Amino acid sequence: MFDWIQNFADWLIYSIFSIDASSHLGKALNFFVYDTLKIVLLLFLIVFIMGIVNAYLPIEKLKNYLTQNKLFGLEYFFASLFGAITPFCSCSSVPLFIGFVRGGIPLGVTFSFLITSPLVNEVAVAMFLGMFGIKATVIYVTSGILLGTFGGWLLGKMKLEHLLTDWVKQLLNQSSSQNDSFEEEQLTFRQRLPEITRSAWGIVRGVLLYVVIGIGIGAAMHGYVPEQFFATYLGSGAWWTVPLAVILAVPMYANAAGIVPVIQVFVAKGVPIGTAIAFMMATVGLSIPEATLLKKVMTFKLIAIFFAVVTLFIILSGFLFNALL
Amino acid sequence: MSKVIKVLGPGCPKCKTTYTNALEAVKQSGVAAEVIKVEDIMEMMSYNILTTPVLMVDEVAKIKGRIAQIDEIVQLLKE
Repeated sequence: MFDWIQNFADWLIYSIFSIDASSHLGKALNFFVYDTLKIVLLLFLIVFIMGIVNAYLPIEKLKNYLTQNKLFGLEYFFASLFGAITPFCSCSSVPLFIGFVRGGIPLGVTFSFLITSPLVNEVAVAMFLGMFGIKATVIYVTSGILLGTFGGWLLGKMKLEHLLTDWVKQLLNQSSSQNDSFEEEQLTFRQRLPEITRSAWGIVRGVLLYVVIGIGIGAAMHGYVPEQFFATYLGSGAWWTVPLAVILAVPMYANAAGIVPVIQVFVAKGVPIGTAIAFMMATVGLSIPEATLLKKVMTFKLIAIFFAVVTLFIILSGFLFNALL
Repeated sequence: MSKVIKVLGPGCPKCKTTYTNALEAVKQSGVAAEVIKVEDIMEMMSYNILTTPVLMVDEVAKIKGRIAQIDEIVQLLKE
């Protein structure tokens, strides 16, 4: 599928710039051109498809559905799935959280949504697809959704409602399962297409710099860091590397666009893929800016519990991937 | 009577674009309208919204969860 990009990269670097194909510089530049083109194409494609899905995703109806139906535990899974599909914009997560709570959706179910929303997003999926292929992407998405399901369920069992901030508690008491009625927008696909294309391009443009920097770092490492470097020097087979990678990653805030190309090189140089996926999940799923936003609706203690549970689950899934893959 | 446009959003890039689009649309349409930016979450939630940004004209949510384009807002103002 991407052969033509590889051919183009070979032609550009080896023929036009006539850099030796066996040199470190040649390899690094070739890798950079190939990966950047491939990723930008994939990013645009996936973001565009998700844009179409989202234009037709009736968020209000889904919320009302979750409110009104007892689903015997499946509601955690649905909320998590829902979090994966909606585009992640940190500024929408708080309004959605409150909308859920006010609609009478249990806190645990709301957490399922909140965990998966940043963890599985269109940019991360596109980057994963480009860098690790379909199998790893499916594993990433599936485990992200399961992690949200079980994380939310566990947090729900802990009965943490008293740790919400006061004004959210008030909303909780007034909560009603009545349908909020909304005005439906009536637009045809043709009318929506320019807007969807524009916003897809906007998202790609927004992360482009990170992609280029990430791939640049990756390309430099790819050409210069010896094979099995990390396996040799970091003892990457040791059990403690997973928790260490995750704990280092939680306060880090990089978007998926910048972090995946670097991780790919880690994997190529001997870091187990499970450790790498866990690191990536912790980077995109939990961050200081997110905690700051959540402060409006949760007390510090609740945020700490939330982060701790998610961190724990990410570490566990890291172990699981290393055992399975 | 002059119209009131409210842009609801906690300050992400999409919300800022919507706000500047609204200002531009008012200028282009020549309709007398005031543009208010609502960044406070509590105030925002009193409008029962789920996704941001939201563009409201005279207290009615017209465009939700995406950037409102200038020509769209001009249309809304002329209704």
